[in-house]
Amino acid sequence: MIPLLGQLGQWFLSWVSGMGKMFLFLLSALVWGFRPPAKIYLIVEHIKSIGVDSLLVVILSGFFTGMVLGLQGYYSLKVFNAESWLGSAVALSMLRELGPVLSAFMVTGRTGSAMAAELGIMRITEQIDALHSMAINPIKYLVSPRIVAGLIAMPLLTAIFDVVGIYGAYLIGVELLGVGSGSYFASMENSVVWRDVYSGFLKSISFGLIITWVCCYKGYHTPPMATGVSRATTEAVVLSFVMILVWDYFLTSVLL
Amino acid sequence: MIQILNLHKKFAGHQVLKGVNLMIETAKITTIIGGSGCGKTVLLKHLNALLVPDQGQIVVDGVEISRLGQKDLNMIRHRFGVLFQGAALLDSMTLYDNVAFPLREKTKMDEGKIRNKVVERLNQVGLEGMGYKYPAEVSGGMKKRTGLARALIMDPEIVLFDEPTTGLDPLLGKSIHELIVRMHATFGFTGVIVSHDIPEVFTISNFVAMLANGVIEEIRPTKEFLASKNPVVQQFIKGETEGPIRVL
Repeated sequence: MIPLLGQLGQWFLSWVSGMGKMFLFLLSALVWGFRPPAKIYLIVEHIKSIGVDSLLVVILSGFFTGMVLGLQGYYSLKVFNAESWLGSAVALSMLRELGPVLSAFMVTGRTGSAMAAELGIMRITEQIDALHSMAINPIKYLVSPRIVAGLIAMPLLTAIFDVVGIYGAYLIGVELLGVGSGSYFASMENSVVWRDVYSGFLKSISFGLIITWVCCYKGYHTPPMATGVSRATTEAVVLSFVMILVWDYFLTSVLL
Repeated sequence: MIQILNLHKKFAGHQVLKGVNLMIETAKITTIIGGSGCGKTVLLKHLNALLVPDQGQIVVDGVEISRLGQKDLNMIRHRFGVLFQGAALLDSMTLYDNVAFPLREKTKMDEGKIRNKVVERLNQVGLEGMGYKYPAEVSGGMKKRTGLARALIMDPEIVLFDEPTTGLDPLLGKSIHELIVRMHATFGFTGVIVSHDIPEVFTISNFVAMLANGVIEEIRPTKEFLASKNPVVQQFIKGETEGPIRVL
């Protein structure tokens, strides 16, 4: 019993210490990110890799999510003769939940994993040590620009996901199943308020921070072994997914 | 002069360095030899504070560097150039950009002057016209040459070489050694080489130190080192499996 308690205690202590290190890493990245000289060219480069390079997968997933939502929503609402409210149901689901969460998942899979792998390879091939030895701060050079880029790119991707999803649902609900185009958009206009847009926007920004923070942290601290990069990448993706869902619950409960 | 005083370092319960004491002479080449995994690279990484000692001191020209703040540490690091084992080139950049990188990041030099200096260094290491290539497109020897050009671009007073010929064939290895000698003659830096490329590395060293069992077993001028009566030294340089060093 006592060895078990000892092991539990050790696990808890290492978990707390790991969390502390992660928060200090974030703090340092934010401090260096906003300290001049700003690395604008690096931020633009990472906005391209997080934003532009993820565009196709975000558009595709947004479109099909919208189509599924249109189909499911139509048959659920039809039971109550309320299919004219399809636009409202789709828009609220997209803006509040599905847009921010699913686009964050797509970006984690598409860019977050690449980010962790890239930094992990830089760690095990001593490129990060090389930066230190040239008196260049690797956090300022490698991590801060990615985090700032994530904060900028993620809300834009989410907005694109929302719009494409709403049109995906329009295609199914209006063009295929016969809901009136006017009632589709009118119901949306009647029920969506600024707070819905704002909560989705806040979520997407915070998810951008979580993805870049977690993936950079895991990649930056890749253990120097053959399986190090694959382990860091897997941990980065899984932890990002879990943190996105946990944070989503907290934000939803606050913003409702 | 670099002084290493009573340096101890432990990793995950394994004591790698157990009280290393070593003086490195200014403007000379000192080579540290020793078996694989004996802690040569760990020792080298302490010299410009890439690692922090558990105990002991690293003194560079009278300044103890291992407890310096970031700003002072950066000042000290500007005096160092490092050639890493795998060259550690930034693989998202061309060879030219890799060499230009410290100048762009750490100086206010205009692009024209940067260009002149980078081209000069690339020419000195025999990479004329190769600057447009990426690290993934060139051989191990060319990567090492680029790493050397980058290490020398800020005109450092001290250059650290971590296994400069590992992974290269004997001819390429020899060409890297010749390059180090030529660059040393041109720039007059203090060189610290970690290597087990024996006996080739002796031809370019002023001093040789042997690291074994976590301490410096012997340090002498190269000729005296080769004539040393120390059985550990003799076993290692002759490559014998029987002797005081346990091989397996």
